[in-house]
Amino acid sequence: MTGWTRAEGPVAVLPQENIDTDQLIPARFMSTPRSEGYGQFLLHDFLRNETAPKIEGAEVLIAGRNFGCGSSREAAVYALVDFGIRAVLAPSFGDIFASNAVNNGLLPAQIGDDLAARLLAQPPARMAVDIAAGILAFDDGEHPFALDETWRMKLIKGWDDIDMTAQHGAAIGAFAAQRRRAHAWAWPAATGTDTDLGTTGRGASG
Amino acid sequence: MTPPRTLFAKLWKAHEVLRRDDGASLLWVDRHLVHEGSHHAFAKLDERGLTVAHPELTFGVADHYAPTRGGLIDADPKIARMIETLAANTGRHGVHCFGLGDPRRGIVHVVGPEQGLTLPGLLIVCGDSHTSTHGAFGTIAFGIGATEVAHVLATQTVWQKRPKSMRITVEGRLGPGVGAKDLALGWIARLGADGARGYAIEYAGSAVRSLSMEGRLTLCNLSIEGGGRFGMVAPDAATFDYVAGRPFAPEGASLERAVAQWTALSTDAGAAFDREETIDAASIAPIVTWGTSPEDAMPITGTVPDPARAGCGRAEHIRAALDYMQLSPGRPLEGTPIDEVFIGSCTNARIEDLRLAAAVLAGRRAKVPGLVSPGSGLVKAQAEAEGLDRIFTAAGLDWVGSGCSMCVAMNGDRVAPGKRCASTTNRNFRGRQGPGARTHLMSPAMVAAAAVTGAIADVRPMLEGRAVA
Ligand code: SF4
Repeated sequence: MTGWTRAEGPVAVLPQENIDTDQLIPARFMSTPRSEGYGQFLLHDFLRNETAPKIEGAEVLIAGRNFGCGSSREAAVYALVDFGIRAVLAPSFGDIFASNAVNNGLLPAQIGDDLAARLLAQPPARMAVDIAAGILAFDDGEHPFALDETWRMKLIKGWDDIDMTAQHGAAIGAFAAQRRRAHAWAWPAATGTDTDLGTTGRGASG
Repeated sequence: MTPPRTLFAKLWKAHEVLRRDDGASLLWVDRHLVHEGSHHAFAKLDERGLTVAHPELTFGVADHYAPTRGGLIDADPKIARMIETLAANTGRHGVHCFGLGDPRRGIVHVVGPEQGLTLPGLLIVCGDSHTSTHGAFGTIAFGIGATEVAHVLATQTVWQKRPKSMRITVEGRLGPGVGAKDLALGWIARLGADGARGYAIEYAGSAVRSLSMEGRLTLCNLSIEGGGRFGMVAPDAATFDYVAGRPFAPEGASLERAVAQWTALSTDAGAAFDREETIDAASIAPIVTWGTSPEDAMPITGTVPDPARAGCGRAEHIRAALDYMQLSPGRPLEGTPIDEVFIGSCTNARIEDLRLAAAVLAGRRAKVPGLVSPGSGLVKAQAEAEGLDRIFTAAGLDWVGSGCSMCVAMNGDRVAPGKRCASTTNRNFRGRQGPGARTHLMSPAMVAAAAVTGAIADVRPMLEGRAVA
């Protein structure tokens, strides 16, 4: 993932609360390999009604509270990213969605209720976002947005967690050994492929 | 003396490998559950030439795409490919997989507890938002995305910032015909679908203590629908009793040592939570959703809300939801005709849920068609041993195999466009049960009542004089 600091582009709005990840990408598309591109699935069913907002060409998306609630499917973020969205602005985000977004270089920028209501009612045509400064800029001036500090650094540097964790390999190994000594029960009692476990062990009755 | 701590804080500390200056903790993962949807994460691993760090702590379950009728041969090739990919990925990395044909297979959040993979004091992750279910055992359990799944596969750890803490205390007794599902939908309706966003929830109080393990699983399962990534109940004798004798659980001296440690897993008296909510159990009626978010829920005695009487942001949501659901404001919810029913999912497809639905359906006929999909192969066998399957089929419902089925409509089971379904699942999102499907969430007893009535109905009078397990 490559890091980024500033972006500028066309704005689209989804003036609704609780846009869940099932709206962002319906489940039936999720068996597709990522290499085929997920942009075509973004808001697939949601946008197929006449009153639906137009989002073609947008790079900044503004929505109501609790955007990305629901399923943990990272495919919802893939759909936004592959469509060309760089930043989503909303008063709040589903927790799992927001961390998935950051892991894919998509900015989840948290804005106040008042600003959100104003932007949803009268969206500017274009907007600039600056992650380092935490500022949104459009025709009526500049406004701050909120972002967790760890996420800010991650987005700017394009950090990859697996690489970052690799340096802690020794600490992880020591922790695992200590846990196994003190809490041996935390390792599964049986493993492998014994298919008769279901009949020898307790069944479904609680 | 150490200051009093919450259960969550104790478990967090016990899993913290290290904490970075920015406050992010690297947490040890005791169990990692994967399913067909984890194909993105395995692809990431392969791209980088990495292997699974701890295959003995990783378990695969085929559930999201599992056919509930017939085998893979009859399935859509796309669906079959997802299940085969899971088998190939887990097989290649030496990970145990409960695949198609394994009698223990079922929905991942049903199989984990049932097999004794879920234990008190563990940290469990899965690329699925309803992983909070496992918190019912006094476990830190949460859903993660594909990038994080790949990270856990490669390192057996996950980076997280510690969430704020919240306690939901429910005191008193739940009324007859009222259960964990109503309790959960009730608090979500009150606090909102993002009410617990950023918090780890601990459920406490006498009403929670007196829930069975099945009920606690249902309660913790729905945490995410209120925005909470984590939900938990402190373990007690009911928990230890449930765990004993499960295939992957410790036994003998090891179990004794474990129980001694598990007994200390509770919130200390006087520990402070960032937020406290209290609910009077006796005030809860059976709950039904009317809209397209789990927060759009109300007692069965309620009337459909009027957008004209709501605040501006909310009004727009209500209007859009009612338009999608084809409901008129001001009408009683009770009596709304339905087209079909679904009893299943990780929320409500355990044996107790099936017993409850069967208690309502026994000796009665369903006016609408419907599907009953048990939470696992073992739940199915148990239900059949108890004769519950015959009650469902005699009522006119289809008794099928186990899987996510009509909860997420990935395996081909779906509600037809425009049809209205009374469902025991957890999400009434637009199109969740199939494009254009209209979903009303409710408890298994209430779905059974809707089946018999052909409309949304209050189950309480229908339970009078009947023994409920
Ligand atoms: S039953 Fe539904 S909510 Fe549960 S894991 Fe399956 S798809 Fe997700």
